[in-house]
Amino acid sequence: MRVLFDYLIFPGFLFTVCLGLMAAWVERKVTARIQWRVGPPWYQNFVDIIKLLGKETVLPRSASLTFLLSPYLGLLSTLLVAVILGKNLIFSSAGFQADLIVLLYLLVIPAIATIIGASSSGNPLASVGASREIKLVLSYELPFILAVIAVIIRSKGSIQLGEILSNQADFGSNIFSWSGFLAFMVAIFCMQAKLGMNPFDIAEAEQEIMAGTMIEYSGLPLAVFKLTKACLLYTMPLLLIALFMGRAISPVFLLLKFIAILVVIILIKNTNPRLRIDQAMKFFWGPVTLLAVISLILALKGL
Amino acid sequence: MDLRLKALTKSIWVFHVSAGSCNNCDIEILDCLTPRFDLERFGIQLVGSVRHADALLVTGAMNRKAVPRLKKIYEQAPKPCLVVACGICAISQNMFRDSYSMLGPLDSILPVDVYIPGCPPKPEAMISGIVKLVNKIKNKK
Repeated sequence: MRVLFDYLIFPGFLFTVCLGLMAAWVERKVTARIQWRVGPPWYQNFVDIIKLLGKETVLPRSASLTFLLSPYLGLLSTLLVAVILGKNLIFSSAGFQADLIVLLYLLVIPAIATIIGASSSGNPLASVGASREIKLVLSYELPFILAVIAVIIRSKGSIQLGEILSNQADFGSNIFSWSGFLAFMVAIFCMQAKLGMNPFDIAEAEQEIMAGTMIEYSGLPLAVFKLTKACLLYTMPLLLIALFMGRAISPVFLLLKFIAILVVIILIKNTNPRLRIDQAMKFFWGPVTLLAVISLILALKGL
Repeated sequence: MDLRLKALTKSIWVFHVSAGSCNNCDIEILDCLTPRFDLERFGIQLVGSVRHADALLVTGAMNRKAVPRLKKIYEQAPKPCLVVACGICAISQNMFRDSYSMLGPLDSILPVDVYIPGCPPKPEAMISGIVKLVNKIKNKK
């Protein structure tokens, strides 16, 4: 009973979806305000999802079974991340051995689900989108994991989220040290790419490859993909808060930090044009990885 | 009124099909998304793929090359899908009526829900057309 409640309602499905859709609304609203528009009402994303649930699902003739299964794979893994993170933030002893590694694995799965779905739809534009997504995953995972390793070194080699949190509660947040700050910057860039937001929305570029990986999806599977995106918009900032700003985690502070990170993402999104895929790879494997390595060295020095 | 249609009226995703238009209507459509008119406050978005579309916005005079593609696009769109005829060319073909390469107005090809007249229609006219569309869905039940 307790476990079902965790998965389906409180840190799990219902809570994550509601908060994620609200975060997606904040993103649209702030974007609109930056462009001097009014922007949609707060319930807009909920209405979009309900509308998509009522639409017909079109199956392309060339699609295979994974076309319909992969959206659920992405949503499920995102929800698992949300549950593990939420439980850890409520009681720092609720985690299990090495749950940080599990989180890192689970956070790649939404991207993999997109790749599987796009490449099994049989559409040439979708396969272009899928190949771009693969390259993007390859490029941002390296600096992201390096940044997480810097955090692990700072919390004395612990790979349990609860211990990282309690370590920060004792010695102050990671972001207020040199290595932590550099790692945080790296993680922000990687998060931008993981969320598929503007300088890195190469896989879903609306203007050049229509909707890229999403091109053949309609109705229910599209709604599930939109939900996955929204849930990631809630879980990724939460993970960054847990890793880098884990000192004060009462609900009010958590919300304030969440909104601060969200606004940073939105500002990066709205002030940058889309990169080409080769530019994105150069960016991640060049300066960002360098930054991550520097923060790693600083963390080893204890700074 | 059931929830599905109610949600549809609040979030109409539009796919724009140009069936041989002169580009005037197309520019005015983009005007609707600019800060002055901002159709996103009603949940209206332009989408890149037909599979995401709730409404086809058809402009142009329906020439022989475009009509088979238009029919194909309509078949690819998930139903319920609305069709909006935008501009005088799509409604009655304007001065191309007697041309050898035109196949007739849009409503002889697809079931049209709303007509937005004008050459090109002003953004205000398009907003009023969308209001008519929403009212039509609401009365249809």
